[in-house]
Amino acid sequence: MANPKAKMSKSRRDKRRAQYNARTKAAVTVLCPNCGEPTLPHRACRHCGHYKGRQVTGKIVVA
Amino acid sequence: MRKVKPARKLGRTAAHRKATLSNLSTQLLIYKRIETTEAKAKETRRVVEKIITKARKGTHHAQREIFSALRDKDAVRELFEEIVGKIGSRPGGYTRIIKLVPRFGDAAKMAVIELVDYAEAPSAAPVAAKQDRSKRVKGSKKAEAESQEKEGGEAAE
Ligand SMILES: [Zn+2]
Repeated sequence: MANPKAKMSKSRRDKRRAQYNARTKAAVTVLCPNCGEPTLPHRACRHCGHYKGRQVTGKIVVA
Repeated sequence: MRKVKPARKLGRTAAHRKATLSNLSTQLLIYKRIETTEAKAKETRRVVEKIITKARKGTHHAQREIFSALRDKDAVRELFEEIVGKIGSRPGGYTRIIKLVPRFGDAAKMAVIELVDYAEAPSAAPVAAKQDRSKRVKGSKKAEAESQEKEGGEAAE
């Protein structure tokens, strides 16, 4: 039966695995106009929950 | 040829899907804004827009039909007594979906769905934003400090 001739060293193993995500592109981010933190475009800000100039997360308090 | 109207199955059986959308619709009518996955938000929109339009007829029959779909007296009462009046003459499009950043853990696309007529004014006191949850899991001291600051700030107000 097919079998490895020699043990795969940690170095070789890790060098192989280092390539798994090596070419993954960083996500496109924009800076939130409200808080200035980087966040995803076309989505409510991950930091402050604002979108199009208003808070869009959390409870709505009905007066 | 007979064509099936495209709709998401949401990985559920027909009964489970019906229950899910009924529950989401009920919660949306009661809370005016709910956070869920993008797919569920978009399916809920289909269901709840039709329910609201039907409710505007204001007939006893409409009320009974809606109750049979929602099975929730509080939601039906809220819908007929509060929401219908608030909507005024809006010709459909009672809901708005805003995308959120992907959920921590499974990276599911998330969104909020809200009733347009309740969401115009900037809402007070943001309750623990989504990102806090992910930070808590990591247990970073910075997140803890931030949340404590927030709690302190809210208490001061
Ligand atoms: Zn922000």
